[in-house]
Amino acid sequence: MLKFPIYLDNNATTPMDPRVLEAMLPYFTNHFGNAASRNHPFGWAAEEAVDYAREQIAALINCNPKELIFTSGATESDNLAIKGVFEMYASKGNHIITATTEHKAVLDTCKHIEKLGGQVTYLQVNSEGLINLEELEAAITDKTILISIMYGNNEVGVIQPIKEIGRIAKKHGVLFFTDGTQAVGKIPVDVEADGIDLMAFSGHKMYGPKGVGALYVRRKNPRVKVTAQMDGGGHERGMRSGTLNVPGIVGLGKAAEICRTDMESDTARIKAMRDRLENELLQIEESYLNGSKEHRLPHVSNISFKYVEGEGLMMGVKDIAVSSGSACTSASLEPSYVLKALGLNDDLAHSSLRFGLSRFTTEEEVDFAISHVKEAVAKLRELSPLWEMFKEGIDLNTVEWTEH
Amino acid sequence: MAYSDKVIDHYSNPRNVGTLDKSKANVGTGLVGAPECGDVMRLQIEVDENQVITDAKFKTFGCGSAIASSSLATEWLKGKTVDEALSIDNMEIVEELALPPVKIHCSVLAEDAIKAAINDYRVKNGLEPLVEAKSHH
Repeated sequence: MLKFPIYLDNNATTPMDPRVLEAMLPYFTNHFGNAASRNHPFGWAAEEAVDYAREQIAALINCNPKELIFTSGATESDNLAIKGVFEMYASKGNHIITATTEHKAVLDTCKHIEKLGGQVTYLQVNSEGLINLEELEAAITDKTILISIMYGNNEVGVIQPIKEIGRIAKKHGVLFFTDGTQAVGKIPVDVEADGIDLMAFSGHKMYGPKGVGALYVRRKNPRVKVTAQMDGGGHERGMRSGTLNVPGIVGLGKAAEICRTDMESDTARIKAMRDRLENELLQIEESYLNGSKEHRLPHVSNISFKYVEGEGLMMGVKDIAVSSGSACTSASLEPSYVLKALGLNDDLAHSSLRFGLSRFTTEEEVDFAISHVKEAVAKLRELSPLWEMFKEGIDLNTVEWTEH
Repeated sequence: MAYSDKVIDHYSNPRNVGTLDKSKANVGTGLVGAPECGDVMRLQIEVDENQVITDAKFKTFGCGSAIASSSLATEWLKGKTVDEALSIDNMEIVEELALPPVKIHCSVLAEDAIKAAINDYRVKNGLEPLVEAKSHH
């Protein structure tokens, strides 16, 4: 039995795995201790649980458990990494390299750095959404302290050449930070093999709870330090003060463990469903896949249905929950900056839907989504003057549109 | 964002979708908006010898509120004289459909489409075009 609406917006957030909830529950009630209380069993139980979670997470990304700093989520981790490195390495330089398709948590933090007197280079991406490694290397100066390039993109799912970026960073003695929010738990991420020095990720994108995340900070080759962005009790090796969110951390740990043990089978199944959904939808006339087909997360598909407006389309597919690159609801009327960075015209960016699958997505749900979207696109094209003009062979670029 | 019941009704059962023969002298066509802005409306009116709008059709590329605004406009246009149609104000559409502030531009576009269609009709029939339709950015 299908339950409506069907959730296909798993890049926004994932449902929590019931196994994660089960692991967390005792830490709200019986084991409520403060992990920093060193002098009684309540504190010891909490600390033990946090240490265990550290090991579970470390195993997922191949780091040392001591290299993990718990935070409130990826946005905080992004801020801590970029601002923390900027402050800590101020004597070495003030230049940061990032890309135009990064998440706002990175881009807006970089803007903040610019206000503080830092220099930021924003690399362009190609039509597939990938950065150019030669441009990256050419952008490095003797003032460059950090390269901040995301692992997998949240809108189109494009995976950047992380290993190569890591190699370039190491060669020039520059730190490499990656926002791994969409990738960790979905594809194999190995901070050693990938040459990552700092990495942000979040619980609620990998079937864990909201309000908890982590920042991986390398301790050896090189030993990386970040300046704390919050003052207080000196938790997390002085890099992030604040009483640890023990239930959340336990949940993040359990979520990481499940992702590690189930990744192979989950990914194969999810990817097969994603590919089927995508192939079916791309059979619709004038529909286009956004972002690299090859270098992409296995659970995301971003498709533009030309001559149909995304927000109108979302209303037409009310039985599935997806998101659109159209931003008609925002005051700016600007469509997705990520899709525009890929070189999409505004009209195609306005016409996009993002589908995000999860380990809980079923074949029946995918079947329904395919027919639901096909019907909605057909219905809206019947309503679309642009579709009619296209069918009459009118080149829309020659039409004189009224500005508004 | 939740849509009002009236927007949902017009979106689900749009009235007067279609195309009139734009080559006819008594048909006025208004095409407003731009694809890169995320909404384009085409609104057409057919006018009889008594200056009464006997038919109105629309097609809209846009969000639910844009579709509903133009659908509603065609309903209101039918049976009105051209002069009466000119007095339709976008705020009446906002009220009828309970559009939130971020969607007011959809109603403005519908008003512009009405004025553009009337203008087209006037010019075709040797009348002076109206002064500048209500402008918006």
